[in-house]
Amino acid sequence: MRVSVVSHETADMAFLMQNDARFGLDKKTLLLGAVQLDSGVAFAPVEFAYETYGALNADKSNAILICHALTGDQYVASNHPVTGKSGWWTRMVGPGKPIDPARHCIISINVLGSCMGSSGPASIDSGTGAPFAMGFPVITIADMVRAQALLLDYLGIETLEAVVGGSMGGMQALSWAALYPDRVRSAVIIASTARHSAQNIAFHEVGRQAIMADPRWSNGAYYGHEAPAAGLAVARMAAHITYLSEAGLTEKFGRRLQNRDAKSFGFDADFQVESYLRYQGLSFVDRFDANSYLYITRAMDYFDLAEPHDGVLAKAFAGTKTRFCLISFDSDWLYPTAESRRIVHALNAAGAAASFVELSSPFGHDAFLLDAPEMNRIVDGFLRAGESR
Amino acid sequence: MTSLRSDLAIIAREVLPHARILDVGCGDGLLMAALRDTKDADARGMELDARDVATAVARGLSVVQGDADTDLADYPDGSFDYAILSQTLQTTKRPDLVLDHLVRIGRQAFVSFPNFAQWRIRLAHMFGGRMPVTEQLPHRWYDTPNIHHVTIDDFRSFLEERNIKIEGQWFLSGDKPRNERLANLFAEHAVFLLRRD
Repeated sequence: MRVSVVSHETADMAFLMQNDARFGLDKKTLLLGAVQLDSGVAFAPVEFAYETYGALNADKSNAILICHALTGDQYVASNHPVTGKSGWWTRMVGPGKPIDPARHCIISINVLGSCMGSSGPASIDSGTGAPFAMGFPVITIADMVRAQALLLDYLGIETLEAVVGGSMGGMQALSWAALYPDRVRSAVIIASTARHSAQNIAFHEVGRQAIMADPRWSNGAYYGHEAPAAGLAVARMAAHITYLSEAGLTEKFGRRLQNRDAKSFGFDADFQVESYLRYQGLSFVDRFDANSYLYITRAMDYFDLAEPHDGVLAKAFAGTKTRFCLISFDSDWLYPTAESRRIVHALNAAGAAASFVELSSPFGHDAFLLDAPEMNRIVDGFLRAGESR
Repeated sequence: MTSLRSDLAIIAREVLPHARILDVGCGDGLLMAALRDTKDADARGMELDARDVATAVARGLSVVQGDADTDLADYPDGSFDYAILSQTLQTTKRPDLVLDHLVRIGRQAFVSFPNFAQWRIRLAHMFGGRMPVTEQLPHRWYDTPNIHHVTIDDFRSFLEERNIKIEGQWFLSGDKPRNERLANLFAEHAVFLLRRD
């Protein structure tokens, strides 16, 4: 009897959600509540662009928040409106996948500071009627998370079954667990870190300087004019190298020449790897805003979860009831295994329920976005164990 | 449920219900799962092998990939009711330091190991003149993970030096329990329950 009652409620909830304009694809909303930023600014109102897949269950216990990486967006499992490409994590999210709309209510939000519909430097400042540009406040990873919490309040979701993210998404997942331990039952952190290293900051600074050296950048006030595409493309090229492994690049390109039999003795893209990087840079500028790139890389560079806790990372997780699952990849030199291990040591010291494994992949940092059956098996088992508790 | 190896079965039997447990060298988590299911234990594990860790996590267990020699330092004192080290002691680089951590982290510690003074091993060494290859120690000298062989008497004298108290001891010949008498000569495996004095 009880089973039929529950399924009835679930069906009611699904029916209600179909008619609830807050849930579904390609959603936008403007919330008045201010986000208290680390810089001291109270930022309001806040625009949110987000998507949801699947329905909330009767007791609202099946919500999973997916956090995206630096240049990612809310289109986790649906086609990108600009590029037309399929969602960026369809290997992890979708029917029959570890994160499944048949079982979960999946939420993905464009982060604060980005350029796919949520408030960012390209948004209109209601005070001036013009784009914020460099008038947008400098934000942190914690600010992104505080903004997401505001949207979850609006969606009526108090507690998340899980918050899941790779790379910068993992930083947000860690911050969620540290800032709102009672709202997160499980956290999955993949190919990520609890702080940006000097090397991480250095690579980002190269990217930012490339953008700011482009005369079209005009101190950020390029909206309505030509964007600093050349600078942004170089920034993307430099960053893209850090997403791949040396072995992966060698296997894919080696020293092979691009559509020619001999070196040109010029500065054309002689090598395939040059041609590939130029393409990566050029295609990126069609879908990303240069100022957003500045703001989000800054937020990542400011990220050090231990900093507000006297440099002791374990204190960020003191007394936590959240379960953690961390995965790293052996060829990832952007956020190498040692960074995940540092988080694991802190979680152990805090007495948290933590799982961690380093997986083998030739694909470097990007491995988490690619086919990784072992990663899926681990995330699936980890999430299901949380659901059966 | 898959039946447990006999030394693990002893540990599973002796652990008190609802305990917090750290299983160091937990493999794919068979003992942890048994303790969770039969003793309602809050079990955590550490394992070196990535495939075993993946299997354990996919089972829903909290297991971190780590090395007993390097990754035990961060666990606070007395943070577990039991720390367990089964058939792993002889594979560590510094078994003395690992044991120190074990009795520090766990209010009690279970340690099981193959006894290198068992008579078959003595005979193989004495008459064969070769490094013993037996059922419980099947590796050859060059590919064995067992780099610090230990006998029951060695272990006992180490505990005495370190002021570690024995709170329980069990001995096995094959899968059969045997008594303490002449254990160093006849037991293939030993299981000790320890506490730091």
